[in-house]
Amino acid sequence: MSTTMIGGREVHVDEEGFLTQYDEWDEDLAKQLAALIGVDLTDRHWTAIRFLRRDYRSQGETATLRRAAQLCGIPIKELFQLFPKKPAKKMAYIAGLPKPHGCV
Amino acid sequence: MTTTAETAPARVPSFDDESTIGRKLAIICSKGNLDMAYPGLVLANAALGEGVETHLFFTFWGFDIITKARMDGLKFTVLGNTATHLPQGLGGLPGMTAMATHMMKNQIADVGVPEVPEFLDQIVASGGHLWGCRMSADMMHLSLEDLYDGVEDIISAADFIEKTDGAQLLFI
Repeated sequence: MSTTMIGGREVHVDEEGFLTQYDEWDEDLAKQLAALIGVDLTDRHWTAIRFLRRDYRSQGETATLRRAAQLCGIPIKELFQLFPKKPAKKMAYIAGLPKPHGCV
Repeated sequence: MTTTAETAPARVPSFDDESTIGRKLAIICSKGNLDMAYPGLVLANAALGEGVETHLFFTFWGFDIITKARMDGLKFTVLGNTATHLPQGLGGLPGMTAMATHMMKNQIADVGVPEVPEFLDQIVASGGHLWGCRMSADMMHLSLEDLYDGVEDIISAADFIEKTDGAQLLFI
């Protein structure tokens, strides 16, 4: 498994660059990850990201956009504004999680 | 001293890959069976989640998917569908279509996929464009008021082809 340097820290990533070790993530790292993909984090972003972290820990897989919208109380339309174009993947990336695998 | 690893650019997913910029998808939904409604909706939803501009054109039996009076009542039948691996004669028995529909709806709900109207809500919230077919509307004597609120307009086939210039196309 390969590693990359994010903000002066070495982290494990997959071929695309998604973090692979749940415990290597913290909120400081999230700020660096967000900056790398051009997302300015607001409280609303944090609500989604913290939900995704909690949900992954309990479910063992990354929530799909639909699940995130339903359970963290941010409508899908707003998630598209917060994480433009590819919200599910961008949220997962900043949260240090694998891409969601669910279809819907 | 700085090592090479520290100065190398971080590996970051290419979310804004040049090849997907400007990508467009046109999906023509021409069937009104429950099992034929979902492929178009699932694929539209997936494309939108990838940042692809997505247009759906509902035509002929596919018009049922966006017709308020019918969209909640799409059905699944064993008849003519050998992929159910049931004797075809069973499909014609009274109540079989209702039972098969009920079972399929449960299976769809079990995998966390919404019913048709809610799925359309999600597609519209994700930026998808829904269009009704002019000829189907005329044949069925329906107007925009009879259709799901997220349908942008009733347009001709030629208009749809024009709107989706350069798009990849799926006919379902």
